[in-house]
Parts: sequence; structure tokens; C-alpha cells
Amino acid sequence: MRDVYLIGCGMTKFGEIWESSFRDLFVEAGLKAIKDAGVDHLDSMYVGTMTSGLFVGQEHVGALMADYLGMAPIPAVRVESACCSGGLAVRMGFLDIASGNSDIVLAGGVEKMNDGADVTFALSTAADQEYECYHGVTFPGLYAMIARAHMDRYGTTRDQLAQVAVKNHFNGSMNPNAQFPRKVTLEQVKNAVLVADPLTVLDSSPVSDGGACVILASEEVAKKLQKPMIKIIGSGVATDSLALDQREDITALNAVKVSAERAFKMAGLKPTDIDLAEVHDCFTIAEICILEELGFAERGKGGLFTEQGHTALTGKIPINTSGGLKSKGHPVGATGAAQIVEIYEQLTGKSGERQIKNAKIGLSQNMGGSGASSVTHIFSLM
Amino acid sequence: MPSPRYRREMPQRYRLEAGKCKGCGKIFFPPRLICNKCGSEDFEQVVLPENGKIVTFTIIRVAPAQFEAEVPYAIAIVELENGVRITTQVVDCDTEKLEIGNEVKLVFRKVQEEGKTGIILYGYKAVLA
Ligand SMILES: [Zn+2]
Repeated sequence: MRDVYLIGCGMTKFGEIWESSFRDLFVEAGLKAIKDAGVDHLDSMYVGTMTSGLFVGQEHVGALMADYLGMAPIPAVRVESACCSGGLAVRMGFLDIASGNSDIVLAGGVEKMNDGADVTFALSTAADQEYECYHGVTFPGLYAMIARAHMDRYGTTRDQLAQVAVKNHFNGSMNPNAQFPRKVTLEQVKNAVLVADPLTVLDSSPVSDGGACVILASEEVAKKLQKPMIKIIGSGVATDSLALDQREDITALNAVKVSAERAFKMAGLKPTDIDLAEVHDCFTIAEICILEELGFAERGKGGLFTEQGHTALTGKIPINTSGGLKSKGHPVGATGAAQIVEIYEQLTGKSGERQIKNAKIGLSQNMGGSGASSVTHIFSLM
Repeated sequence: MPSPRYRREMPQRYRLEAGKCKGCGKIFFPPRLICNKCGSEDFEQVVLPENGKIVTFTIIRVAPAQFEAEVPYAIAIVELENGVRITTQVVDCDTEKLEIGNEVKLVFRKVQEEGKTGIILYGYKAVLA
């Protein structure tokens, strides 16, 4: 396999972006990434979107975006794996270059969630339609059941869940692209409107519009363009059952664990080698479980680890310096690519007030559904 | 929901029919064509027990359109007496008093309806035992 480098990135502001259409959001992010990388052409592109058909009635997204990006007739592939569509699009771009098939690839994602669709229903299609959704299960409901089981088994507290939101909103308050760049307090999170007990609206990521793209290139291209050498040193994907009830341990996210093990093995690294990580905090409990699966915290201790401040900007492993899905926003198809935008900016020293000093190795972890698919990438400043 | 799709799941929703792997004995609900434990494609049909207990649960307060009239409602993962877990609503109870470990029994109920003129969709729900 050839080495693959990240040479540029771009994203739209996340939020309720009434002025931009579904296609505009992707093209805006794509053009920013192309200009940032300084490339004059693409060999192929990968577009992640979870359910544009339900959100805006549009499928056949690969060709649409290639055309509106002015890149047709290049090969363009739409990638779908629920909320990790964007991360998986980057994975496909990585494989395309690693295989020697392409030298310059655009990979990213987009979602337009605020155009009037039944968002709760659209998101629930990532769960088991016949045996979860049929009974009225929602996504907040699935994570709420994980949360309650985690609290029951490990003693994770309501405050510890809220601390994830407080920390991520603090980070997001310094991110100009964030949907909710404002701080929240522990009391505000706990006393917010319940969505699915014990999770409140402030334990949940918002409904967002947005796009994010990265440009990947072979070593030869990256050197010729004289870009900072950010290498993808690890890439792993894994799957699990769509239905939560089919898993042996309801508090475990095995796909996250396995995707990370694969990425760590490829990189020849261990969790303590990572300087910062962007992880899939669609709900506060998700970040706590992911800390455990990635090996940053011991099993059952993700809440305590958060409470002790280890995941803060000043902690031993800063998590979600961008504000995460929680504060930055979660346009589902774009999220995985936006996580990588943050890692790229951190590793190239462009993160302003929230910059982690001397960050050399960053990890991104993007997850689909209640954890049925996960993509983990590890990036290194060479 | 298109009727063929609904009809196909009737044996599970109406009669709790599951598939037991003849290779290793693992029971699948819903039934599958291949066992994820031993790889066998040989199954016998078994019926799930109606009694079990709550493994975890939540109270849904924001629901998709077809369940909006029912909020708040409880959803649980129930472990049945033979170890099989299913996801179901828990009804006829004070949802605020539910706890992990509560003993429940599956009963046959209306689950949804298909708009004003469509079919009524049935299935299992749990009640406190
Ligand atoms: Zn078997």
C-alpha cells in the first residue's frame, strides 16, 4: 500500500443554513478544500451522506456533486453508513490512493437536515426498522438505554454525563464554525427538557446543515505541493449489529473498539501516544463509552475520567477540541469529515484559541447508528 | 408501511416465532438464515417465552410522527426467560416508577396505525408481571 497524506480541508459553518441548498453545502466545503490544498484537478471523489433521499428527496449524490463541483466526468461515489458516512468516505479515498489507483482524491460529506423532513424518523432509519423503530424507538432512546445500563452497572452519574456537554460547549465556544458556540453549565444540561430519560436536549447533538471535505494525496503530490506532511498512519473500520438488543453487552460499542484496534495496529501506536482526538459524541453517553473503547479510559470509568478533567483542553488527552458533535453541530453525513478538518487544523497549528500546543498525532472516530459501524483514523505530522 | 412488509413479520409479531440454530443452540429473534456463532444454516422454529425482565429502558418524550400522540411512552430491552432479548414498549404502568430488573410479560397489542385509512399494525408489548 502507498502512503496517503492529508493536504487540505474545508468546511461550511454548521447550523441552520437557510441560504444554502444541499448541493451548495457540499460544493462550498469542496471548493474550500481544493483551494486550501492548491490542487488543479481531482482523480476521483467520495461523498458521504446518510439519507439525503429522506431529508431533501435527492439520491444519486456522487454524480450531482461531481457536476456542481465542476469535476465531471471524474469517478464519484456516494458512501453511506448512517452517521459515519463522512468518515467512511475518507476511508474509501484513503484506499483509492493507497491502492495506486488515484493520486488526488476529494472525500467528504454533507447533510441538509433542516428543510422540513421528519428528522426523528429519518435518523431512526439507521436503527433496525422492523424490530426497533416499529415499536417507537428513537435514536435518543437507544443512547438513553445505553446510558441507563452504564449508570446501573458502573455507577456513572448524571453529573458525569453533563460534564461531557459542558466541556464540549466550552471548546465549541472558540470555534467560529460551531452551530452553538456558547458555554453551558452543569445545571443547564441536567435541567434541560428531557428527550429520552435520562438524556436531555443538552445531552444531545443538534439537528444541523453542513458540509465538510478533505483532500487526500499520494506522497509525491504532497511533496510537490510543499504541504505540511500530515500522513494517515492508521485507518480501521468495523461493524456490529444494527439492533442494540442483539449485542451481548449493551454498554459496549464493539465496532468502535475493533475499528480503533485496527487503526492502532496499522500505526504501531497505543492510546497513550495520541495527542488529541475527535470522537463521535452524538450524545454525552456516547463520548463516555467511546473513551473506554478507544482505550483512553478503563472500562466503566469513562465518566470518572471526564469528571477528573483528563479530556479537557488542558487534560492528558483533549477530546473534541472542536466542540464535538454536541456544540459544533451534527449534519450526519458531514460529521466524520469535519472531525478530520479539526485534526488537520490542530496538527498544522491553525486552531486559534483552542490550539493544543505541539500536537503531533491526532485521532478521529466516527460512528453510525447506535454503534453498528465505526471508522477510526490516526494522523501524524511527519 | 407496505402490507407485504408487514405480513412478512407477522409470525414474529403475532406469535413470537424465533429460530434455534441446530448447530449450536443459539436462538435468534428475529430468525436469521445463518448463525453468527457457528455458521450453521440449519434452524428449527421455536416460540419465545412471554416472561422476562427489563435489562434497560427509557421514556421517549420526542417521537417520530406515527408515535407522537403516545408520548411519553416507555421502551425497554427485555431479557426473556430463555436469554433472548427483545425491544418493546412497556405499557399499562406508571413509567416514572419503572426500574431495571422489573419482571414483565409480553402481551398482544396494537402498535401503530397506517394513517387514517391504512391497516392497523399489531405486535407485542410488555406489561409488568
Ligand atoms: Zn449456531
